[in-house]
Amino acid sequence: MPHILSIPRVTRRAWMVWYRNLTVFTRTWQVNFFPPLVEALLYLFAIGLGIGSYIKEIGGVPYVNFIAPAILAIAVMNSAFFECTYGSYVRMYYQKSFDAMIATPLSIEDVIAGELLWGATRSVIYVVIMLPVLAVFGVISLPLSLLAIPVAFLGGLMFAGIAMCFTAITPSIDTLNYPSFLFITPMSLFSGTFFPLTLLPVLLQYLALALLPLTHLVAIMRMFTLPALSWSILPHITWIAAVTAVVCIVSINLMRKRLIV
Amino acid sequence: MGVIDAQNLKKTYGSITAVDGIGFSVKKGEVFGFLGPNGAGKTTTMKMIACVSPRTSGSLTILGMDPDSFPAMIKQRLGVVPQETNLDPDFTCYGNLFTYARYFDIPADTARKRAEELLEFVQLFEKRDVAVEKLSGGMKRRLILARALVNNPDLLILDEPTIGLDPQARHLIWEKLKTLQAQGNTIVLTTHYLDEASRLCDRLVIMDNGKILVEGAPADLVRDHVGHEIVEVEKSPEVTACLDEMQIPFEETGDTILVATESSREIARILLERCRPEKVLTRPATLEDVFLKLTGRKLRE
Repeated sequence: MPHILSIPRVTRRAWMVWYRNLTVFTRTWQVNFFPPLVEALLYLFAIGLGIGSYIKEIGGVPYVNFIAPAILAIAVMNSAFFECTYGSYVRMYYQKSFDAMIATPLSIEDVIAGELLWGATRSVIYVVIMLPVLAVFGVISLPLSLLAIPVAFLGGLMFAGIAMCFTAITPSIDTLNYPSFLFITPMSLFSGTFFPLTLLPVLLQYLALALLPLTHLVAIMRMFTLPALSWSILPHITWIAAVTAVVCIVSINLMRKRLIV
Repeated sequence: MGVIDAQNLKKTYGSITAVDGIGFSVKKGEVFGFLGPNGAGKTTTMKMIACVSPRTSGSLTILGMDPDSFPAMIKQRLGVVPQETNLDPDFTCYGNLFTYARYFDIPADTARKRAEELLEFVQLFEKRDVAVEKLSGGMKRRLILARALVNNPDLLILDEPTIGLDPQARHLIWEKLKTLQAQGNTIVLTTHYLDEASRLCDRLVIMDNGKILVEGAPADLVRDHVGHEIVEVEKSPEVTACLDEMQIPFEETGDTILVATESSREIARILLERCRPEKVLTRPATLEDVFLKLTGRKLRE
């Protein structure tokens, strides 16, 4: 039997699963394009301008500019994570779509890889919709911020992989609430998003960097949007790439273990 | 070499043996049935044939290939109707067929044409743009049958194709399966409906507890295991004693006694003359008699 870390044999057929999800998404595009637009505006007004009117600036940066990259990073995280937890679980368990797909030349590895690619694509779509909004408000630098788009794919793939690991082991859809509320929600608050990581005690700073994937994504996004590009982007990118590879591989193997009996 | 060849095929889930060393061979162009009570191992066998569940041991070849080594190549030529309805609720009837065709790498133009043809074939053309959740149970099963045909399969695998359908819908599915058989398709199916099995199957096996009990053509099985005719008599102590006395073998079920015989007239005459039964009924023996004789009458959970 394949090991949990063995490289799954994914074929180009994975893109057919990705395409199926894209088709469903674009068919209801009015419903799907609206939320990221609203989400960006809500954060900007409530936190950026609301709280920002008291805080003014952090380290010489206007507060609303400080949180702009966090808005992008959180959108990347949420869109991929919720797509590959609740979305994938519904397709797997309630709609039996995976069963229907693996009766065709698609393998379970193809199906899960397609779902992961789709989760990452959703992150990209969200960022692409949010960038113009942030640009109009003048809180991000251009053109460097356009690099947020490819990074959204990588970051999205990471959160899709993390999500799929939970989906592979969750006993029911209700227990997916645990990672959502105990992992994702705290992460969106304590990852250098709305206040700098350096305000945390040193030990917690290290823990955040070691364990919270969002810290790295926020750091990268912030380098693009402020802009404040430096070589320190490399360890962040490396961390994300490594974790992405591991969680994607593990999630596919866990899913095969769950579904192929 | 058959379309499917299985020898000593086995599947275990932990300590449970679902399929316990079965062997069978399905020839090209025939309709081959798997019958058996719940938990007999029919669906597990279908899943192994459909390349979605790996076998534990034994040998299995489908279309001349080993499902462990060439699952995608085999699945490219299979059509599967699963027991559970798993149509894609995010698409219309047409969308389901088109999307599914794309999974087989069928070019978009061909897929479009094929989807239209198949909607026609299963008489759902007027439901072309209707969401699948709006369909009745019978329509859903027909659409699943159409979906299984998008790739012009060489082997069609049907797990309980008419489960939960009304007689009209069942007859329509049967008619379509007959058409497919006439076109030379090889079909493997499981069913609980024994009339369906005797109607459709050229050959069948009856399974119980993961093993094959018998194999043969429906008519041969009935003749070999039960006989030509059945006499049913209402149960009473007098009738039981009377049959014992005359050494006529019989079977008791609920409040009925069944006597399998080559000559129901003869038995009925003897019964009426000597045993004073309340009610006597003669009928031809059916596959159901074989099934109950071999697998017993105890309820399966």
